[in-house]
Parts: sequence; structure tokens; C-alpha cells
Amino acid sequence: MKKSVILGMATIAGLAAGAAAAGTVDDVKARGKLNCGVTTGLVGFAAPDANGEWKGFDVSLCRAVAAAVLGDASAVEFVPTTGKTRFTALASGEIDMLARNTTWTFSRDVDLKFEFTGVNYYDGQGFMVPKALGVTSAKELDGATVCIQTGTTTELNLADFFRSNNISYEPVPIETNAEAQQQYLAGACDVYTTDASGLAATRATFENPGDHVLLPEIISKEPLGPLVRHGDHEWGDVVRWTLNALVSAEELGVTSANIDEMAAGTDNPEVNRLLGTEGTLGEMLGLDADWGAKAIKAGGNYGEIFATNIGEETPIGLARGLNAQWTDGGLLYSPPFR
Amino acid sequence: MADQTTNPIAFVADGTIPPSPPPANQTGAVKWLRENLFSGVSNTILTVLSLILIYVLLKNTMPWILNGVWNANSLAECREILAGKTGACFAVLTERWPQLIYGFKYPVDAYWRPNLAFVLMLVAIAPVLFFDLPRKLLIITALYPFVAFWLIWGGTILVPIVALVGCVAAGAVFQKFGKNSFAAGFFGAIIVALVVWKLGGALIPEGASDGAWLSAVPSRDLGGFMLNMMLGLACVSLSVPLGIALALGRQSNMPLIKWVCVIFIEFIRGVPLITLLFVASVMLSYFFPPDSTVDLFLRVVIMITMFSAAYIAEVIRGGLAALPRGQYEAADSLGLDYPQAMRLIILPQALKISIPGIVNVAVGLFKDTTLVSVISMFDLVGMIRGPILASTEWNGVYWELLGFAALLFFVVCYGISQYSQWLERRLATDHH
Repeated sequence: MKKSVILGMATIAGLAAGAAAAGTVDDVKARGKLNCGVTTGLVGFAAPDANGEWKGFDVSLCRAVAAAVLGDASAVEFVPTTGKTRFTALASGEIDMLARNTTWTFSRDVDLKFEFTGVNYYDGQGFMVPKALGVTSAKELDGATVCIQTGTTTELNLADFFRSNNISYEPVPIETNAEAQQQYLAGACDVYTTDASGLAATRATFENPGDHVLLPEIISKEPLGPLVRHGDHEWGDVVRWTLNALVSAEELGVTSANIDEMAAGTDNPEVNRLLGTEGTLGEMLGLDADWGAKAIKAGGNYGEIFATNIGEETPIGLARGLNAQWTDGGLLYSPPFR
Repeated sequence: MADQTTNPIAFVADGTIPPSPPPANQTGAVKWLRENLFSGVSNTILTVLSLILIYVLLKNTMPWILNGVWNANSLAECREILAGKTGACFAVLTERWPQLIYGFKYPVDAYWRPNLAFVLMLVAIAPVLFFDLPRKLLIITALYPFVAFWLIWGGTILVPIVALVGCVAAGAVFQKFGKNSFAAGFFGAIIVALVVWKLGGALIPEGASDGAWLSAVPSRDLGGFMLNMMLGLACVSLSVPLGIALALGRQSNMPLIKWVCVIFIEFIRGVPLITLLFVASVMLSYFFPPDSTVDLFLRVVIMITMFSAAYIAEVIRGGLAALPRGQYEAADSLGLDYPQAMRLIILPQALKISIPGIVNVAVGLFKDTTLVSVISMFDLVGMIRGPILASTEWNGVYWELLGFAALLFFVVCYGISQYSQWLERRLATDHH
């Protein structure tokens, strides 16, 4: 009873804070800085480098939004959040947007009163096994010992998968990814399961990454995307369409290399509208006409951002997979710029 | 003289016989070994087993440490240099050294400021720890918090000056009125301090920190072991006086003060520290408007101080309870009033008894400062778990980093514990 009263008060206070900060676009412009919530550190997605400069896939999205709104990709105050503090930081107005590999789920969208503005990475739970085991499919894992992080959705997904395939497994409960890595290498379990991007990043740190394979089965949907507070639709639109601009730029062949040339005007009217040489899309968002061009210049289009941070050339070595353009058989599909 | 040489007695010793060395098995290392390590069958077995254990430990760790790579830019490069041999990758410590100590956002050209603050800390803390030093040095100690604040956070020098003036004014008021009535002095001092701070705060112009000689560093940019040291030092030095006040308050005859202290202590002791930290970082941000929150560092300091003050209060209460009733009565019979009795008779004895307990709390508190990593502050452990392990270069280096963190904490905590043992010996006045 007492708990619900306190939570209720917290919710009301949160809503009041949310309502007070309704004009986030204006707030950000007045402040001259975007407060962007990121993780405290996840390989490839967000981490400060040796010079303290934030780098990563999620970080690039923050920079693109800052470039679109303020014209300066470095005008971002990165606020590191943990899995426990991220939602309160957003709800209380401490941050303007959260780009922190957060899975888009019904309850987060509806019950926690947030608005997901798209998906920037389609993840899913996968399996890693030593090559020497000779397994090629997760369905052959009958009787295997599985390292699994306790208290996560991965635990439930795993139970569902094995039950529906009518095979058995023995869980080895572990607390953190670091522990999992040590246990798996020490042979305490045959299989390690977590998000596929996390598996790839973990494998990249092994001494002999080639001795381990990721199985083709992906047993859950984890659409990761940026989110903003409920009820501030102008700001939500800015974040949503900045992400869409990055995706469309790749589809339309606009890269950081040729953007200056294309910004001078092209034969393709959609490119022109995207880059602001035609139409009034920027004005509708309440931004400069060339907001899209600035966002793309910040770190390149979606494909470039992917390649520099987590793509196959990097130590993490993720393939595009589901995150390819819809024209290449992936799920990336930006609504038209019209 | 010539007569003596023809003395009929055949032999007279003209000096003492030099002492012979003791038998070989009754001296030196052999004796020590026999007495301490091989004095019986069971002891011999234990000794041999321990030696085997030490050998196995060293055999496994020494190659790892001695082969360690100190110069590389990533874990992959380390492994290339090692070429399959076992060896540590200490290169992460050299490459990320500034981040481990100062956090990743503290401006590089300002590293001298925390360094200087650290050196000054040693000077300022010396007269408190070693009371044989001249008492005049305590002036440095009193000024140190303001200097350190100015050095580490930078910005306009007016802020620490206003804070200092407020404290001095409060002290003066307490001196003047506290002699007659403790309450008048105490509350008068608080009111004067608040008034000075309010007026001074209004006098400092907006944006005074912009062009300051020391560039302003926001609290969010602090990190690394520096943050642990700052939190540990601030919280210990604040919680000891607060703990003493709470312990005395709990023994007070005045019901209001007594119950306030009892409820405070019991409530804080009944709540986990991590809960208080979450309240500090998460809940409070709901109750303040987004633009005007209390500084996160300050919020954390308040929470940790409250937590450890409650524990220290209970430790000191143990010391007070251990004093025989006669000591209190002796103080009364000398005609001392309450503050005098406490200051001159009761507390010196009670605190001496409480030293091991207080040090125990202080060491625990210092280690507890690593808990701030869960509310996304980048202390030493937060730096390791977050940015460093999440960089593509160093993902997967665990033993070296966490071992280094353990070593740093061990050095500080062992130092504290050695100091407390010295203090106990120094204060021992009973004769055995």
C-alpha cells in the first residue's frame, strides 16, 4: 500500500516534470546542447575512447540528432545511464532522448509512457558453441549445458525455445557477461546464449575467435531503438525523422563522401527533399531546411555508421543481416520523404 | 715484572674464555624453523602442505605477471606480442592510466589540480592524525576543504571564499553566544551562516565561472580513483563529528533530541546503502525541477555520510557505555557543566575505546564508495566495468584491471588500519 503511494507520487511528479518540459525542441535549442542518455559502456554501441570521446553506434544517432537540431554534431552532453536508471532519467527530464540499446516492448511503450521513435538495430537472442562440438543448429543441443544470465528475458526465451522443440538442457546460471565469458571458455557450459550482437562482441575478444561459431537460430525479437517522453510529438518527430533520414540516405545512395555534391541539387526529387534543396520539410519540423544534410554529415548514413562501429571490418564483425535495407532483404524501411 | 714471568704456577688465565657458538641446531634459522614450522608431526605436515600451496600459486601466477606486456594498444596486440605464452596484458593500465585515476572526462590539462589537492590533503590531514605536530597546523586543515574544492571543481574563487566567510562568521557567533547558552550559539551560528551564504551567493555575478583562471569542471566529469578518494575523505570527515553528535544525542535526557537521534539511527541502519544511493540519484530528480537539482556529488556525499554516521554513532555509544558510571559522577562532582564534562573527561576515554570500531566503519565506507558505479558515476570500478571493458580494444581484460583496483584499495585500507594500530599503542595509558 505504502509502496504504491510512493510510486504514485513518483509517477505524478514524473508526469508533471514531463509536462513542464513539453517543448523539448525549444529547450534543446535554448540550451545549445542535446542531453542524450547512453549506456555506461557497451562494446560497439557506446563507450568513451582513450581520449574520453564517446564513440559507437548509439552515440552516432545522438550526434545526428544534435547536428539536425543545432547544426553541431559535438553539441551533445552524453549522460551515462544504467539499466536501472535509464527510464527515470528520461521521465524526469534529465535527458532529452535515450539511445541505449533499449528493446521496444509493449509495456515500455504504453505503460511507462515513452515513445519509441523507430528501430536502429534489430537484435535477437542467439547461441554460441565451440566449433569442436560439431553442432550446426540449435535444435541439436539436446542435453547441453547452457550459460545464461539470470533474471533476464533471455532466460525465459531459452526455456520457451527448448520446450517447444521438446529437447532438454541444463542451465548454468551466471550474473554478468564477464562471468559468462570466463565460464564458457573454462568449459563450464557447452553453449552461451545472449543477444546476437553481444555474442559477436564477446567472441571478438577471444584469443581464437575462429574456434567458436554462432548458430543460425535467433529465438527472440529484440528491436532496439531510441525513445523519447510520451506527449511531446514535435520532439518525437525530430528524432524519428532523423533516424529515417539516415536510413533513407543509404537507400538513396547519399554518403558522407558525396553529400556536398548532392546538396548542390540532383535529378532525384526525393534526395533534394531529404537534403533540403527542394520542398519545406525542415520548416515543418521546425528546423533548418538542410537539417537532413547536417544529420547525415555528422557520421554518414546508416550504412556508414554501421560499418564504422559494429560492421564486418571492425573487431565486432556483425553482418548486416536483418539490419540491411529492405531492398537487400533486410527490415530497414524508411517511410518516404514527401 | 721479571719476577712474575718466573712464577711457579704453570698457567694463569689472563682473560675470560671467549664464548663458543651455540650448537648448530640451537641457533639462527635452524632453531627458528624447528620451533615454529617443524615442532611436531602435525605442524610438519601443515608446513609442507602450505609450501606446496604457495609453490602452486606462484608457479601459476608468476609467469603471468613476469611475462606481462606493458606496451600495446589493444588486447589483440598484447596477444600478438605474447605469441601464445601466458602473460598478463598490463598495457591496459598504462594506456588507460589517466582514466583509471581521474575518470574519462576530467580535462587533461587540469590533472595537476587534483594532484596538488592530493598533496595538500596529506599536509592538511597530518595534524589531525599525528597530534604531536604543532597545533597551529590545524589552520591549514581548516582551510583545506575550500582550497580543495576550488582546485578540483575550478570556477570562480568567489564561491569557496563566500563559503569560508559563512563558516568563519558562524564560528564567531558560536564563540560569542555559545558560552552562555549552547542552543543560542548553535542556532545563531546556523542562521548567520545561511544569511552570509545567501547574500554572498547573490553577490556572485552570473557566469563568473566562465573566464575563471581555473576552468570550471562539473561534478559529472569527475571519476576514477580520484572520485573514490574524494567521496571517502569527505564522508569520513563529515560522518565522525555527526556520529559523535548522534551518539551523545541518543544518550540525552531531553526526549525530543533523544527520539530524533534514535529514529534517525535506526532508520538509516535499517536501509541498505544502495537504496539510499538510488534515492539520491533517481528519486530526488523527480522532486526537483529539471533545471535546478542539487549537485549529484553532493547528494551522494549526504547519503553516504548519513549512512556511516549512523554506524559510527552506534560504535561510539558502545564506547560511552563501556565507561564506568564513576567517570560521569567524577565529572559532576568537579562542577563541570555538560560540554566541559564531555570534552574533558567522557569523550577522550570513550573515543579511545571506539577507535577500532570507527576505523572499521571508515574502511568499510571507503570500499562502499565503489557502489556509486550502479548509479552511473564513473568511480574506479565504474570506469573498469563501463568505458574500459566496453571499448573494442580492451573488451575481455578482466584480471589485470580488477586486480589493479583491488591493489589500490588494499594499499589505502591497509594504511588506515596500520594507522589505527599505531594510534591505539600511542594512546595506551594503562600499565601492564
